[in-house]
Amino acid sequence: MIRLLLLFVPLAVMLGAFVWIASLDPLRSFNNGAPPVEALTVERTILDETGIQILVRAGGSEAMQIAQVAVDDAYWTFTQAPPGAVARGTAVWVRIPYPWVLGEAHRVALLSNTGTAFEHEIAVAVPTPKATAGQLRIQALVGAIVGLLPVALGLMFYPAMRGVGRTGMNFLLALTVGLLAFLLIDMTLEALELSAGAAALFQGSAMVWLTALACFLLLMAIGRWRGQPEGLALAFYIALGIGLHNFGEGLAIGGAFAAGSAGLGTFLVLGFALHNVTEGIGIAAPMLRIRPPLWTFAALTLLAGGPAVLGMWTGSLAYAPQWSALALAVGAGAILQVMVEVSAYLMRQNSDRQAALFSPAVLGGFLGGLAFMYATAALIKV
Amino acid sequence: MAGHDMSAMPTDPYAAPMPGMAHGNMTTVGVVDHDRNGFDPTTMLTEWETGLTDLLPDGRTLRTFEVAAIDREIEIAPGIFFPAWTFNDRVPGPALRAKEGERLRIIFRNYGSHPHSMHFHGIHSARMDGVPGAGLIGPGEEFIYEFDAKPFGCHLYHCHALPLKRHIHKGMYGLFVIDPDPARHPENAAVAASRVLGSPENARWQELAMVMNAFDINFDGANEIYAVNTVGQAYMNAPIRIDKSRPVRIYLVNVTEFDPINSLHLHANFFDYYDTGTTLTPTLRTVDLIMQCQAQRGILEFSFAEHEDGMYMFHAHQSEFTELGWVGMFDVRGPEA
Ligand SMILES: [Cu+2]
Repeated sequence: MIRLLLLFVPLAVMLGAFVWIASLDPLRSFNNGAPPVEALTVERTILDETGIQILVRAGGSEAMQIAQVAVDDAYWTFTQAPPGAVARGTAVWVRIPYPWVLGEAHRVALLSNTGTAFEHEIAVAVPTPKATAGQLRIQALVGAIVGLLPVALGLMFYPAMRGVGRTGMNFLLALTVGLLAFLLIDMTLEALELSAGAAALFQGSAMVWLTALACFLLLMAIGRWRGQPEGLALAFYIALGIGLHNFGEGLAIGGAFAAGSAGLGTFLVLGFALHNVTEGIGIAAPMLRIRPPLWTFAALTLLAGGPAVLGMWTGSLAYAPQWSALALAVGAGAILQVMVEVSAYLMRQNSDRQAALFSPAVLGGFLGGLAFMYATAALIKV
Repeated sequence: MAGHDMSAMPTDPYAAPMPGMAHGNMTTVGVVDHDRNGFDPTTMLTEWETGLTDLLPDGRTLRTFEVAAIDREIEIAPGIFFPAWTFNDRVPGPALRAKEGERLRIIFRNYGSHPHSMHFHGIHSARMDGVPGAGLIGPGEEFIYEFDAKPFGCHLYHCHALPLKRHIHKGMYGLFVIDPDPARHPENAAVAASRVLGSPENARWQELAMVMNAFDINFDGANEIYAVNTVGQAYMNAPIRIDKSRPVRIYLVNVTEFDPINSLHLHANFFDYYDTGTTLTPTLRTVDLIMQCQAQRGILEFSFAEHEDGMYMFHAHQSEFTELGWVGMFDVRGPEA
C-alpha cells in the first residue's frame, strides 16, 4: 500500500508539472512574430485519367492550410480530402484535374497560406498501375521470378552440397555470411535513403537504426529461447531474414513500376533472379548435416521468396517512404541476427575457432559471397 | 498506355483532353476577401486620388496629397497572405492624379517598421528625389515633397529605400498621372482635354488604372503570383464591365519585380499606344500587344463599339505570367444591357 503510494506521488507531481508548464507557456516570450515552421511531404503520387492525385503529409509546428496548387507554373483547381487545415502528422489527398502528358516531367507546387511553396517533382508521368486482378497477377509473376524462383534454384543445389566435407561446409557457411553482409549494408543504405524522403516527424535515420537494433535484439532473444539455433531452425531464420530482404526488393520494384522510373525489362528481372540464387544456397548450408523432410524446402522457399510478391503489391499500391523504410529496417535487423547465428554455428563446427576463421575456405567463402552479390547487383542498378 | 484509356476520351476534337478538364480548370481556388484587404481590384480601376487643391498667390493651383507608409498583411490570391509594405494601406498605393503645371505637395508619413521614401518619376529637384539623403525618412518621421507637375503623362512613384528590390516588391508603388493642360497644346487641344479628369470631354471615356505587379511569396527571388492591381485572377473572377458605346483608356504601368519585362495583350481587338503618355499622338498605332520594362508605362486607347457582346480576355503574353494569375476579362455589352 505504502509502496503504491510512493509510486503515485511522483506520478501526480509529474502530471501537475506538465499541466503547469503548458498553462504557463514559457516560450511565449520567445515568440518574435516569425511564421510557424511548415513542412509538407508528398508520400504517394497517382496519375490517371482524372489527373494527378497526391497524398500529402503535414509535418510543421502547427496545422497548415494548402491555399493554392500550381502545376508547371500554372494555378490549377484542386480538391482536398479531407478539406480544411492539415493537422501536424496527418495526411490528405489533393486531387488536381491536370492533363498530364505521358512520358514528360511535371512539377507540382503546393502553396500554403503563409506563401511557402512546396515543390514535388514527377520525373516521368506514366499512368499509375491500378489494382486490377490482371495487374496484380503480372506483379505476382515478376515477384515469383525475382523471389521464389532463385531461392528454389539455390535449394536445388542441396543434394550436391550434402557431399562436401568440413572445408566445403566452412566455405558454404562463410559464403552465406558474405552474402548476408552485402544484404545488410544494401538494405540499411536503402532504408536510410527512403527514410530521408519521409516527413520529418518520422525522424528517418533514427527510426531506421532503432528499428533494426530492436528487431535484432528481439530475434536474438527468440532464437536463443531454447539454446543456439542450428540445422533446420537456423535455416528458417536465414529464410526469414532473406524473406524480409526480398520484401524490400519487391517494394523497390513495385515502387519503380508505379513511378514508371525504371524500364523493368526482362534483363533487369533476370539480374534480380541471378542475384538471388545465392540466397537459396545460403539457406541450404546449415541443413547439410540433417535430412529434412521435403515440405521444409517448399516452406523455406515460400518464406524466403514469397515476400517479394507481397513487396511488389505493396510497393505499387500502398507506397509510402516511411513504411518502406520501416520494413527494410526490420529486415536489416533480421539479417544481422542471422549473420551472428550463422557465424556462431560456423565457429561451433570447428575445434580451432581462430584457425578456422581465417582459413582459406572461410575467408574465400566470405569474400566470394560479397563479391558475387556485389557483381550481380551491378547488373540491376539503374 | 495501360491505365491511360484513350477510349474513355471524348470524341469531340475541341473538348478538353480529359473529362472535366476545360480551360476553366486553370485557375486559383476560392475567393479573396476584399473587405478584409480593405481594397478591391475592381474599384481600384477607377479610383483616382486627386488630393486637396488651393490657390497659390501667383494664381496656380497647389495640390496636396497625404500618403502614409503602413505595414500590412494582404491577401494576394485566395488564402495566400503576403506581409506587404503599403502606401495608404493598399497595393498598389493610391493612383495620384494631377494636372500639368500645378504645384504639388505630397505629405509623406512613415508609420512602417523600416525607412521609406516616395520617389516620383517626373521632373523635380535633387532634394525631392526620394533617394537616401533626399526625402528618405525613418519610422515615425514625416517629409513633404514639393515640385511642379511635369511633364504630362502616365508615370509612377515608388519607394527608393534600400534594398530597392525588397522595398518595391513588398508593394511600395503606385500610379502618378499628370493630365495635359489643353491650353499648352493648342495643336492637340481636343485630345488633351479628353485626358483631363473631370472635363466634359473626359466624361465619355472609360478610364482604367492598371498596375502590373507580382509577388515573390517565398522570397526565392522569383514570383509565384502575377496580377494586375495585386490580386491574381481578380478580373477573371469579376470581369471588368465595359460599355461598348464608349472608348476605353488604360493607364498601365509595370512594376513587376524579378522579371525583366511584362506585357499586355488584348484579345480580338487592337489599340493605340502612347509610350509614357507624354505625347498626344500615339507612339504605336493598331497593335494588340505591348511590352514594358520595369517602371515603363503608357496609355492604351481602344474601343469595342463594333464588337458583338461577350467576354474578351486580356493578359500578359508571357504564358507563365498568365498561368500564374495575370489574366482578366472585359465583359463587353451596350450601356443598357
Ligand atoms: Cu520602402
